[in-house]
Amino acid sequence: MLQMIYDFFLSPFHYLFLKRALIGCFTLSLGSAPVGIFLVLRRMSLMGDALSHAVLPGVAVGFLLAGLSLPMMSLGGLLAGLLVALLAGVVSRFTLLQEDASFAGFFLISLAFGVMIVSTKGSNVDLIHVLFGTILSVDALSLILIGAVTTFTLFAIAIIYRPFVLECFDPVFFKSVGGHGGIYHLLFLFLVVANLVVAFQALGTLMALGLMMIPAISARLWARGILTLCGTAFLISFLSGYFGLLVSYHGSFPSGPSIILIAGVFYVISILFGRYGSLRTHFFS
Amino acid sequence: MKNASPCLTLLNLEARYGSHIVLKQITGSFQTGSLTAIVGPNGGGKSTLLKTLMKFVPLSHGSFLNTAVKTAYLPQRSQIDLEFPLTVEEVVSFGLWKEVGSVRAFKKNQREQICAALEAVGMLDHKKSHLQTLSGGQLQRVLFARLILQNSDLILLDEPFTGIDSKTTHDLMLIVKKWHAEHRTIIAVLHDLELVKRHFSETLLLSTKTIGWGPTKTVLTPESLHKIHVCSHSFTFA
Repeated sequence: MLQMIYDFFLSPFHYLFLKRALIGCFTLSLGSAPVGIFLVLRRMSLMGDALSHAVLPGVAVGFLLAGLSLPMMSLGGLLAGLLVALLAGVVSRFTLLQEDASFAGFFLISLAFGVMIVSTKGSNVDLIHVLFGTILSVDALSLILIGAVTTFTLFAIAIIYRPFVLECFDPVFFKSVGGHGGIYHLLFLFLVVANLVVAFQALGTLMALGLMMIPAISARLWARGILTLCGTAFLISFLSGYFGLLVSYHGSFPSGPSIILIAGVFYVISILFGRYGSLRTHFFS
Repeated sequence: MKNASPCLTLLNLEARYGSHIVLKQITGSFQTGSLTAIVGPNGGGKSTLLKTLMKFVPLSHGSFLNTAVKTAYLPQRSQIDLEFPLTVEEVVSFGLWKEVGSVRAFKKNQREQICAALEAVGMLDHKKSHLQTLSGGQLQRVLFARLILQNSDLILLDEPFTGIDSKTTHDLMLIVKKWHAEHRTIIAVLHDLELVKRHFSETLLLSTKTIGWGPTKTVLTPESLHKIHVCSHSFTFA
């Protein structure tokens, strides 16, 4: 019995590629959990969705220039994501369109453009690789990249934490004491794009946001302070990574969707049984 | 009054939303240490006046001079997200944000100031409570504690007692009076005319233009009220 549990839950991780994938998930979760929490608190969940799709043409151009090279594809993705964010910001400022609407327009163009670029040069396998990711091909270089972005994210959030929380919570008050919200908004968009870009290799551009958002949304039903929210989101995110990899390994499923589906299971459980504001508290208390 | 210099001087102020004129030809001054109520019909430009004084809404014409060292502003209550995961203590401590900055920890005397402010509004027992658990009145008490910590010499309040129970209104009004005794300049947009008559020495009656500005007794006359009543059907006194 013990042997069976060991074989199912632990022994797969003797393989180097799964070990790396697990470390990748752990590190990704550390950075993307707080970023996801702030996306939810700023009511920007759908904006994150737009950004994650906007990354694609940049990744594709990187792929076009250098083949399946992670640094080039990441750099391209980062630039494309920031470009779309800035364009959408400018358009919403100077036209009648709201920021979410202008974002939607640009990310759809961006996504179509990206798919077109990949399909002109690469095979269909490459396209699927970029769209859905292959966490099992995460190598030492990708781990270093993920680690660097996570470290930067955590330091940046620690430094801007107080004004940033204040700006999210009460922007009018923040402005009334002479704060400049725009700087924090831009830095935050940068953090979102950077975390999405390092997640794309593991999970694919279509799935990258899942590991950021689903744990964050689920955590809201379990915790009430910002730090406990981030901790809960990290835990859900990492457990999704771990169980997702197991499911993917034992069932020969692609890793990205496996991980996100496990996160989805946590989400449904949270909606049903969460401590605050779940269906259980709504109907049975 | 020992110091009768103006804290805030308005000169021919005008503000628009698009082509719609909200404020027009507002000229006058708020004396240092004065306690003024702004009264008028809905859409009469009361909130907009406070927002122009905070420079949130640009002037389309005219100018104003603010000689206050620090200005505090309490917007209408509906603009705050009550579901935000913060405790009462955290919200109040933002009143000291300017002094503390982004990364430094709160010093001992600053922690004491936070507790004293919570004590003053009767919310010390709720220090660790989460925002979600508060009633409307309790939230307003918390926001007043934050105002206390801001320690400003000019305080702008936009409908601070709308939708608030009478006990809370009474307690918070005591804090406004204490500020007045400390010679701070206070300007409050209000709907309750009885409250204005009882506590506010000065009144600015506003309906796009200045209808009356001066001692409350001389401004809130039946004639002047009738005048704006005719101007606007939506004018209701709570």
